[in-house]
Amino acid sequence: MQQLQTRQCSGRTAASYGVADLHAPCSRQVVTPPLVARVSGRRVASGAAPAFRSTGGRARSVAVRASASASPFPKKDARLVLEDGSVWHATAFGARGTEIGEVVFNTSLTGYQEIMTDPSYKGQFVAFTCPHIGNVGINNEDMESSKCHLGAIIVRDLSCVVSNYRSKMSLDEYCKKENVIGLANLDTRALTKVLRETGCLVGVVTTDSSKSDAELVQMAKSWTIVGKDLLSVVSCTEPYEWGKGTSDEWEFNPRVKAHKEHFHVVAYDFGIKTNILRRLASYGCRITVVPATYPANEVMKMNPDGIFFSNGPGDPSAAPYAVDNAKFILGKKPVFGICMGHQVLGQAFGGKTFKLKFGHHGGNHPIRYVPTGRVEISAQNHNFAVDPATLPEGVEVTHVNLNDGTCAGMVYPSKKAMTIQYHPEASPGPHDADICFEQFVDMMKAERAAAH
Amino acid sequence: MQLQAHGRALGRAAAPRQRHALFKMPLYVGTAAELGLKPAAAAARASSKSRGVRCAVTAEKQGLPWQAAMSEIKKRRDIKTIMIIGAGPIVIGQACEFDYSGTQACKSLKKEGYRVILLNSNPATIMTDPGVADRTYVGPMTPELTEQILAKERPDAILPTMGGQTGLNLAKTLAERGILSKYGIELIGAKLPSIDRAEDRELFKQSMTRIGLKCAKSATANTLEEALTIAADIGRYPIIIRPAFTLGGTGGGIAYNIDELKEIVTGGLTASMTSQVLVEQSLLGWKEFELEVMRDLNDNVVIVCSIENVDPMGVHTGDSITVAPAQTLTDKELQRLRDASIAIIREMGVECGGSNVQMAVNPDDGEMMIIEMNPRVSRSSALASKATGFPIAKMAAKLAVGYTLDQIANDITQKTPASFEPSIDYVVTKVPRFAFEKFPGSKAELTTMMKSVGEVMAMGRTWQESLQKALRGMETGLDGWGLPKNYKRLPKDQLMYKLRVPNPDRIFILFQAMEEGLTNAELFDLTKIDPWWLAQLRELFDITAWLKGKKVQELTAEEMQWVKSKGYSDAQLARYCGSSLMEVRSIRKALGVIPSFKRVDTCAAEFEANTPYMYSTYDGNSECAPTNERKVLILGGGPNRIGQGIEFDYCCCHASFSLRKQGFETIMMNCNPETVSTDYDTSTRLYFEPITVEDVLNVIEAERPEGIIVQFGGQTPLKIAMDLDRALKANPIPAASGNGNVRVWGTSPESIDIAEDRDRWMELLTKLDIRQPAGGSARSEEEAFKKANGLGYPVMIRPSYVLGGRAMEILYNNDDLKRYVTFAVEVDPERPVLIDKYLDRAVELDVDALCDVEGNVTIAGIMEHIEQAGIHSGDSACSLPTQSIPANVLDTIRAWTVSIAKELKVVGLINIQFAIQDDTPYIIEANPRASRTVPFVAKAVGHPIAKYASLLMSGKTLKEINFTEEPIPSHVAVKEVVLPFAKFPGADTLLGPEMRSTGEVMGIDKDFAAAFAKAQIAAGQRLPKTGKVFLSMADKYKPDIINIARDLGNLGFGLVATTGTAMALRAAGVPCESVFKIQEGRPNPMDLMKNGEITLVMMTSTGDEADLRDGKELRRTALSQSIPIVTTVAGAKATTAALRAIRAGPLVQIPLQDFFPDYFDDSLDLMLKS
Repeated sequence: MQQLQTRQCSGRTAASYGVADLHAPCSRQVVTPPLVARVSGRRVASGAAPAFRSTGGRARSVAVRASASASPFPKKDARLVLEDGSVWHATAFGARGTEIGEVVFNTSLTGYQEIMTDPSYKGQFVAFTCPHIGNVGINNEDMESSKCHLGAIIVRDLSCVVSNYRSKMSLDEYCKKENVIGLANLDTRALTKVLRETGCLVGVVTTDSSKSDAELVQMAKSWTIVGKDLLSVVSCTEPYEWGKGTSDEWEFNPRVKAHKEHFHVVAYDFGIKTNILRRLASYGCRITVVPATYPANEVMKMNPDGIFFSNGPGDPSAAPYAVDNAKFILGKKPVFGICMGHQVLGQAFGGKTFKLKFGHHGGNHPIRYVPTGRVEISAQNHNFAVDPATLPEGVEVTHVNLNDGTCAGMVYPSKKAMTIQYHPEASPGPHDADICFEQFVDMMKAERAAAH
Repeated sequence: MQLQAHGRALGRAAAPRQRHALFKMPLYVGTAAELGLKPAAAAARASSKSRGVRCAVTAEKQGLPWQAAMSEIKKRRDIKTIMIIGAGPIVIGQACEFDYSGTQACKSLKKEGYRVILLNSNPATIMTDPGVADRTYVGPMTPELTEQILAKERPDAILPTMGGQTGLNLAKTLAERGILSKYGIELIGAKLPSIDRAEDRELFKQSMTRIGLKCAKSATANTLEEALTIAADIGRYPIIIRPAFTLGGTGGGIAYNIDELKEIVTGGLTASMTSQVLVEQSLLGWKEFELEVMRDLNDNVVIVCSIENVDPMGVHTGDSITVAPAQTLTDKELQRLRDASIAIIREMGVECGGSNVQMAVNPDDGEMMIIEMNPRVSRSSALASKATGFPIAKMAAKLAVGYTLDQIANDITQKTPASFEPSIDYVVTKVPRFAFEKFPGSKAELTTMMKSVGEVMAMGRTWQESLQKALRGMETGLDGWGLPKNYKRLPKDQLMYKLRVPNPDRIFILFQAMEEGLTNAELFDLTKIDPWWLAQLRELFDITAWLKGKKVQELTAEEMQWVKSKGYSDAQLARYCGSSLMEVRSIRKALGVIPSFKRVDTCAAEFEANTPYMYSTYDGNSECAPTNERKVLILGGGPNRIGQGIEFDYCCCHASFSLRKQGFETIMMNCNPETVSTDYDTSTRLYFEPITVEDVLNVIEAERPEGIIVQFGGQTPLKIAMDLDRALKANPIPAASGNGNVRVWGTSPESIDIAEDRDRWMELLTKLDIRQPAGGSARSEEEAFKKANGLGYPVMIRPSYVLGGRAMEILYNNDDLKRYVTFAVEVDPERPVLIDKYLDRAVELDVDALCDVEGNVTIAGIMEHIEQAGIHSGDSACSLPTQSIPANVLDTIRAWTVSIAKELKVVGLINIQFAIQDDTPYIIEANPRASRTVPFVAKAVGHPIAKYASLLMSGKTLKEINFTEEPIPSHVAVKEVVLPFAKFPGADTLLGPEMRSTGEVMGIDKDFAAAFAKAQIAAGQRLPKTGKVFLSMADKYKPDIINIARDLGNLGFGLVATTGTAMALRAAGVPCESVFKIQEGRPNPMDLMKNGEITLVMMTSTGDEADLRDGKELRRTALSQSIPIVTTVAGAKATTAALRAIRAGPLVQIPLQDFFPDYFDDSLDLMLKS
């Protein structure tokens, strides 16, 4: 109870005062056990208020470790149990409870906020290989959806302070708010090596000490992500309009200004990332976002210039309705699919998808664009891939992942369809593939020109 | 606008390919052909081919995609011979990282089958080993003398990007003078326009504006008046001044007022090759970042590494504590920097290779400004390479000959292509090392001019761990982050000043500040160091405070693990908890807390990697997978510093090469990111670790090698040799190979101690009946006076507790001694001073010898110093073979060398210094280890003596390696040093017993005069052909100068002398002008220098107060006017000989291979293979 109170105190403090330099009032004490809960909320508040002014609100301390009871060092009060029977002890932050999901690793060095709010991670736990997570807190602009979709985050070192001019809250506070369990002080490199060797594993995270390890292993073994339809879970329920592009401050591609024509795109929301919408809008598109299960004939009735199939979580085979819709649309309008959309369209083309051993999750994968031989550095997040051997004549693999040779993009000229397996919208990740949106817009432009 | 133009061009180019009309080029780019880059045909071929290729890889993997691409390699076949320009001598701002890059380049180009011509004046480098290149020129790097080589070797291309600013500047001059076009030579890697655009501040700014990026408000000034106008326009101090075309920001600085502005601008205009300085708005307090970018000829670009400086803007990045990857950026902000870097490398036209872009970010609103970019491999790229495992130099060399990134395998994984961006799951910290104490008079403050002489890098799983590891690897008395031993606490006002003004000690002054109760907010206000770093430090501070109340026995295993994972060393724990290092170690091990070694794999464990590149951490399982082969551990030299630099790295690498060749596995341990030794393919395995007893024992326990080599890494490993020896004797560790216990190889630490311990050393000399200068130690001021007067002045004095000539002085009278004991060094019974009779006008000799286990000794080389005894041997020019020593004296010296080596039971190398006064030899000191002179001797006599030494240590005899006779060359090799005085305004330029040189060059020729001339030119002396020589000699040297002056007169030089010297010359019948000394009136020599009349200065110091004042000023003036200055009689004599040699005819560059046609070094094969 005592612990909980401290946590709440510090949480509220940081939120309401912007900064909480926990150390400020204590630094005169020469022999102070570090990291114990030694500050009351009030003291922090009074000590922190002046600090707020002098640092311009950039720095805020997080009190996660300070809550760790009598021991001066963070207690390993949480567990990650994998279906292979291994048990990993860690320090809890964020929400409390028990959660089940597929454990994946992500090698991105930046962008934990975007990753956490990417709906494609629904049903998964993300272990970050980058050791320091939480350094820049959470801000309002970098959200990829309205909430955090992943089940838990696993980090090596949760930053004890937040330092960034845009930050609005700490990672710990955000996890609490979103009810996401956080695990810190876990050797994510060792975990990554296990996942790399055995493939993705189902795991259970818990802060509940009453559950036995065996019980948790059993839980993990009884669950799978394969065949689960997660698209409809994360999808919107009602159609909505989107027209806001990347803000001027963050626009990085001077070529968007050259696009004067406006197009109407209907986007199937399988868990669409906001930045996809922003990028399309920056290129002059007005987007109607529709739920994953929205009937294709209704879409056609809107008479859009193009149809977009978004990214999304889980197994593409679990959403036959999406494939059916795609089949219905194919050939009628220019279509573009990203990630899950790529896999759905791959199936609609007649191809098959298969599960990768440990998937691609990171911001540094090289992609060769076959027509020119150029290499793009890309942001990746997928566990399934399209098997190019199963594709019909007429479909070309235009993008190849150079790390393992998997198909990373296709074009089906006769059906006016293009797909990208990875994330041209970046966020997080490099902007090398932003051209894809332009190519889609050009497709629509050509279609419009042909119609006249 | 530019980009749109490209877009249109792309559209046209893509149009014919109907099937792909759907897809346009990716963002910003076209293929190489479309951008007007080199292998147009090849690019077109590739794309036409790939059109038909269906992706072959399916769920069942068959082959790797990059392997498929290998068949279309676009390697340049029109080029046969490539010349690589090295970086020349080690100077501040340009250290051994360019040996690393140059060696990498030579290796990979040779492997690709090109004929490689190498030019580098620095003999201490691995790359100048005959065998690394096909033709190796160790000599001056002036345009004239380089043209000679070009005419002879006729290379098809020059790769100028591997030799730092020196290489780039030389290539630029060659191109501008039309020399390259005359011989039809192409610059590869960087073209002239991109060099110009990056270096010329004005052009650079224009380029940035063109692509919509911001630079700080600034303008270029060619005169002081212009600078003042610009400053008025910027309107606010402080103002930054950066000279164009200098390295490490030489001549730059921060001006806080108009007087400082005038001073810095004046210096900067002189320092700049083009007499240009940039006067710039200050971004003090902004965060500073660096991105390492690589681009290939197909316009693929990757970012190898992002680096964040802990010290905000205002401190040169080489002097900042830097961290990779960047820690305080969101993805959006980092991508903004990435986009900018990519746009910059394209705009600047760096067609292929590595570049480094520096930017500043405003912490309050994220605004970004571009500071500069280097279109070449740099210090940061060496750091980035070591930090990520991505070998930038090797890749850059391959890209320069036409490869594209996706055609080269990632060196580490071997399964994925190099066209990716490394992801790392650890934190890397670099901490610079300084040498201000050697330059009294200069302020120990950090500005935009780089002043550090070396650096340490450390890896840890957290920043705290890596910082603490880096700090204890510095060898500056720190055992982690905290106050050093014997720290003098600063009074409050000084504390605040030192927090506000960046200085080398600021990192631990922060600790005192926290003890004094300053909050992080206050510290941020003072230092502008980002709160993220401060909070991390605060956490360490709190743990330290907690530890101080604990006994080490009280720590639980969990607590111990936690503390260790925060990077605390056993030494810190011992200090805080009142224990000893070895006790902490045993308690820790009893708790089961031992380090795990993780691998550097470029991909954050995503792919399997077997690269033998490890670092220690306290986190989970160990990945080092040691073998049971015969192994030997080589301890490196740690951070470069004055007195210990690249020479020792050379020795370590050679030991590794030769022992590998002998079938041993070699394990390298070092923490210096600039070196070849910390390249992961130099040794069988590399541990990137600080060299401390704790860390070395950890590696020993993990690997259990048969032998440990301590004598190649300079003082660093020697200092801990006794402790290691004791620890290994107390707890013997069986070698993994089953071949006995782990032990120190070569000369025993016991013998090393004899040579270091004055009393034991005297005993040995008495026993062997070897003469040494009279002397003794004094434990009080009174005793010091008695001793000095007993010996008779001049005397050489030094404290007994420091090494490397620190605070060593020659005293001429009681006044000097009074000053010394009052101001320089305290004398008390605890800290005695050593007083020796100074051998005035003696000649000093350096002898390197090799000894085997059977007690055989072969002398490898005897060097005669040009400067007289009393000048630190590291600062003296020297000649091999000797020039003026009678044969009988040399015989005595040889005999003494043999008997000392035998008595000390040396196995491996020994270096002994002698002084010869009036044909009587004295011994000065002996060092039973590899010395600074080893690489020079090796290149002068044509024998790889460091390799021989390592073989001897492994048990071979001199007979077995066929080196039983002293090689006496028929040619002459001269070593000259370079000194960093220009970087330390306010310091005198006189040579003395304290070493201050940073690097060395070699001249080699058939006779001494030509070799000396080459060495002088290579060291940057602009030896004049006409003009006036200024002479000013202390009384005792006046007789010596007469013949020199006469010779100079005969060579056609005018002579100008100060009153006394002029009188002496005229009395001897040498006509000369006289000039007033500064205190006497005008015109004084300063006026003549400034008017450009004087082209050479020869002046000695009288050591009196007037000289300390006026002489120093004259010497500094000469330095700033780039007038060669000679401060010793011997130097004057040699310089005159050199002037005569130059007059006799042009110097001829001769490659090392011509001197040693039979030089065969089989261990180099291995290096080329790996």
